[in-house]
Amino acid sequence: MIDLIINIILLAFLAITAVAIIRSTNLFASIMLFGIFSLLSATLFVVMDALDVAFTEAAVGAGISTILMLTTLVLTKNHNEKRSHAHRPWLSLAVVIITGMVLVYGTLDIPGFGDPAAPANMHVAQYYINNALPETGVPNIVTAVLASYRGFDTLGEVAVIFTAGVAVLLLLGGKPSIPNSNSNPGINKKREEDET
Amino acid sequence: MFIVVSLAILITMGLALARAIAGPTVYDRIAAVNLFGTKTVLLIAVWAFISGRTDLLDIALVYALINFIGVIAVLKLVTVGDFHSSSVDETDPAKADTE
Repeated sequence: MIDLIINIILLAFLAITAVAIIRSTNLFASIMLFGIFSLLSATLFVVMDALDVAFTEAAVGAGISTILMLTTLVLTKNHNEKRSHAHRPWLSLAVVIITGMVLVYGTLDIPGFGDPAAPANMHVAQYYINNALPETGVPNIVTAVLASYRGFDTLGEVAVIFTAGVAVLLLLGGKPSIPNSNSNPGINKKREEDET
Repeated sequence: MFIVVSLAILITMGLALARAIAGPTVYDRIAAVNLFGTKTVLLIAVWAFISGRTDLLDIALVYALINFIGVIAVLKLVTVGDFHSSSVDETDPAKADTE
């Protein structure tokens, strides 16, 4: 009962936040609201018992991507530039609504949440449930699948994420030749005097 | 009792959301996001006791860490401008105070 109430209220907050992001003309406010959106999604995932997804959502959505978008905003220097609502989004709105209706229609055939007779649970899931602990020694089945059965896949993902992280750091972090840097103390001194 | 607590936390989340949407200055919004993250931690902790899965408390602690580091990074970006000129600009307020 209480989980239903929490789910409904959190989903209502999600909808309010999404509308506020769309309607907002301040880019900084949009980024902050994106952070709140990620926190709400993570809470919903926790309530729905998807702990690993929730953890990823909180770390990447609320933590990293907020900072990355803010860094981009600072680098592109349009902090106070207003977004215009001049375009007419009716075609996009129609496409989105039709796609959403088709997707909702598609969910009607999906078996219930956690249904043991669902097709996804009939083939390899049974094997993992029976053999994951004796074969890998990992008590959590999801961890056993990710870290042992799909170990090379996870290793490749780690390489991809590491490469992406290095690329993002090079794009956003490495600019030593601007006036506001440590390598030029004279300009910093002057700027400091101007500020004080 | 946990139900009442969770409802109170949800109401507080709604207030923080209203401040994040309406907040006129940058710092209102940062404070609202920080408050929202704290309420998320509390809601997950309460949910751990409602559902009886106390291992969620560890997740709540990690959320608190992420929230803290994120807010620190956002504040540094807003006040300083970027990450690498921090050692110069961070000392500016201290110098201004001592002078």
